[in-house]
Amino acid sequence: MSKKIATRQAYGDALAEFGSDERIVVLDADLSKSTKTDVFKAKYPERHFNMGIAEGNMMAVAAGLSTCGKIVFASSFAIFASERACEQIRNSICYPKLNVKIGATHAGISVGEDGASHQCSEDIGVMRSMPNMTIICPADAVETRAAVKAAIELNGPVYLRLGRLNVPVIYDEANYKFELGKGVTLREGNDVTIISTGLMTEMALNAHELLKNEGIEARVINIHTIKPIDKEIITKAAKETGALVVAEEHVAYGGLGSAVAEVVVDNYPVPVKMVNMGDRFGKSGVPSELFKMYGLTPENIVSKAKEALEAKKKCCK
Amino acid sequence: MDKCKTDEFKKIAYRIRKHIIEGTFNAGSGHPGGSLSCTDILTVLYFHSMNIDPKNPKAPDRDRFVLSKGHCAPALYGTLAERGFFPKEEIVKLRRIDSYLEGHPCMKSVPGVDMSTGSLAQGFSASVGMALAGKIDKKDYHVYTILGDGELEEGQVWEAAMAAAHFKLNNLIAFVDHNGMQIDGYITEVMSPEPVVGKFKAFGWNVINIDGHDYEQIIDAIEQGKMQKDKPTMIVAETIKGKGVSFMEGQVGWHGKAPDKEQRDKAIAELDEFLAGLEVE
Ligand SMILES: Cc1ncc(C[n+]2csc(CCOP(=O)(O)OP(=O)(O)O)c2C)c(N)n1
Repeated sequence: MSKKIATRQAYGDALAEFGSDERIVVLDADLSKSTKTDVFKAKYPERHFNMGIAEGNMMAVAAGLSTCGKIVFASSFAIFASERACEQIRNSICYPKLNVKIGATHAGISVGEDGASHQCSEDIGVMRSMPNMTIICPADAVETRAAVKAAIELNGPVYLRLGRLNVPVIYDEANYKFELGKGVTLREGNDVTIISTGLMTEMALNAHELLKNEGIEARVINIHTIKPIDKEIITKAAKETGALVVAEEHVAYGGLGSAVAEVVVDNYPVPVKMVNMGDRFGKSGVPSELFKMYGLTPENIVSKAKEALEAKKKCCK
Repeated sequence: MDKCKTDEFKKIAYRIRKHIIEGTFNAGSGHPGGSLSCTDILTVLYFHSMNIDPKNPKAPDRDRFVLSKGHCAPALYGTLAERGFFPKEEIVKLRRIDSYLEGHPCMKSVPGVDMSTGSLAQGFSASVGMALAGKIDKKDYHVYTILGDGELEEGQVWEAAMAAAHFKLNNLIAFVDHNGMQIDGYITEVMSPEPVVGKFKAFGWNVINIDGHDYEQIIDAIEQGKMQKDKPTMIVAETIKGKGVSFMEGQVGWHGKAPDKEQRDKAIAELDEFLAGLEVE
């Protein structure tokens, strides 16, 4: 088994790694040990500012800094970064298309014991609805490092969706080429396609193996850039496999599943089945138990894949 | 206050402190530091000042309490369990998937919780809403709330403070748990909200500065608050983060970390010793 690293850790490490660029300024809201911006702070204390527990202010301050040529990374837990500061992001960052990167850690139900108040599961939907926003949700540490680099190079707002939990490294650092806006085909297959993001990609790979044991060849596509979404790879998968399953650590509405459905409906309608939390809040618990309770498991991906296959057969009759 | 009465409060407060330690230890996570600092205030509220009935937690005319610094749920749960809102045996299930004791206070699942909190500053606004409803309905109940001093950095706190003074909510009595610390360090180093007393005064509040571990001072301040004619009351309580557990006192690192087995044993032994001392005196 490969080693496990939380994407928030990889985020903090990457900020420190690329931090020699003097335009970079990092803001935090009293969570620097958890968001891991403290790694950057240790190296470049003069460009790290703790804004206190004041996320709305932090986002608009970030906007102001960026108008003066700074590349700003503003960090907090996803729930406070995206939803507490929502309107500041909309009006002061996205509308003027400013160069602010939101490092949103502790996204999703994998936050665990802190419970529903802290498990941000609506952020993809909320952020996706804002014009000019780019959304990246990396699957592992390697992809996170590449995403931070891409965010620095892109001139405009970026929402980085990061996790608390240690997750397996699935990419090979030496060979991985990250392209903003492009999905990554991780496994070939022509019976059905599993499209996933974030920590669900590891589960999608496990589901691929389970399906293989039953003679079903599932393609696996990892979508790190949720907006703008890779229409090409999704449409191609719809055409070639005729059935899709979308797996994400998010509520039912507005997330990657919705994004994929929008592409498919527009270009090549095929059955799409969803693996997500449904239309409900999370609760306290150990992440692994919560995944089971909320159906975020390889086994559930497998059963949804079979449903998609059945639906495809009916369509083709 | 006579010594007998003080000892009564102490006994309850130290039992609540034991629940905080047991709860966070069993959960393997949670926030002992700020829970221990507000325990004495909660003890006075639930065992002296508030008009509440554990058998009828939703009584319309009851006093209300909002834990605006919701991460200190272990202190609130410990208090509610001691007061009889739910069985004490539930405490060890804190934060578990099969428990109703959510990591942050949840009014839908926990008997006695008047408002769901966890996102700082929102509870304070909700307490303003409850007090305003009391005025609309011409009811006599009071609304109590506890804020953290780091929490004061949220702009929303000051929006709520402005509204409460504007609507002359003399039925609102709030506390700042002034332990001087937040997650990343001392409040004055991270983002200073000082001077806290002067700010609330400027916002039109009746402000009282007390020792937040002195039961008599807590009771007196609440009584003073209740006598206000047209101002909400802010009790700025000077406290010690981690109060009652020697190795947690004044330590930033114990904000959001659970004790391990050895630390739990040490803490429980200290608290038991303190309680035993009260018995023999
Ligand atoms: C809006 C919001 N931002 C951030 C957090 C994360 N957080 C939880 S506790 C805490 C520090 C609170 O410090 P303080 O209010 O002083 O509480 P105390 O020291 O009494 O525990 C932070 C930043 C939160 N719960 N809500």
